[in-house]
Amino acid sequence: MAVIRFQRPMNDIFAEMERLRNEIDRIFQEGFGGVFTRERTGVFPPVNVYEDKDRYVLTAELPGVKPEDVEITVTEESVTLRGQRKQEDGGEKANYHRREREYGSFRRVVSLPDRVDPNKVEATSRHGILYVTLPKAEDVKPRQIKVKSAD
Amino acid sequence: MTEKELRPTEKKEAARTRAEGTRGVPYFSPAVDIYETEGELVLLADMPGVDSSAVEIDLKDNVLTLQGHALQTHTEGMTPVYREYREGGYYRQFVLSEIVDQEKISAEMSHGVLKVIMPKVSKAKPRKIQVRSA
Repeated sequence: MAVIRFQRPMNDIFAEMERLRNEIDRIFQEGFGGVFTRERTGVFPPVNVYEDKDRYVLTAELPGVKPEDVEITVTEESVTLRGQRKQEDGGEKANYHRREREYGSFRRVVSLPDRVDPNKVEATSRHGILYVTLPKAEDVKPRQIKVKSAD
Repeated sequence: MTEKELRPTEKKEAARTRAEGTRGVPYFSPAVDIYETEGELVLLADMPGVDSSAVEIDLKDNVLTLQGHALQTHTEGMTPVYREYREGGYYRQFVLSEIVDQEKISAEMSHGVLKVIMPKVSKAKPRKIQVRSA
């Protein structure tokens, strides 16, 4: 978040307006609700992160990758996905018409927005999508404070 | 060789001519591999998130249509905090040449990859042509 300074000289007003306009454009581009959207990071696999009050769920599109070919490492603040997408083809006699799908190994680190409990992480794979459920660390979970009446 | 080729319908054209889904779910063009062996033509399409029951393969007038419908995900009701890909269905069309035995097309789904096996009709299998000297 940019710091807005007071007592700007008047001739800077247009620069300031420009800055504001850029800031508004950025907010619109990133989407509402503070969701950071990046369609392409150039790193495989693409991931989404969701949250509710006690956990994060990281999802990754891994079509054609068997669950046993993925290795997940979790720290308090990051998730590392490593693995291999193996080539499936018709052998040496196959002639290709089209080859759009990528093969090979991948290694990707995703930083989490807040701390999680690495001991309670679970991962499942369903129809080529990996789901990693990461319970939030106890001390970062939102807490409801009851207001006591002092009467 | 040209008549054996599968030709994809332009991605944008396909999206434009296609009827829109009522739920407003986007449809993407899946990445595909298509290869040919001696007896068959095989198509592999990446459709992560799609169950085998949600795939429709249709062949009409030599146009092969692949459709995969998105399922409800485990993250329903959660708040997105970081997003690199969008969820949705898949849709793509190819023009098939007539050498494929349309009756014997089979398909399977494994870890989000659709595999369509299209056996070639016997008359289109390559023959060795003897060249006789005159």
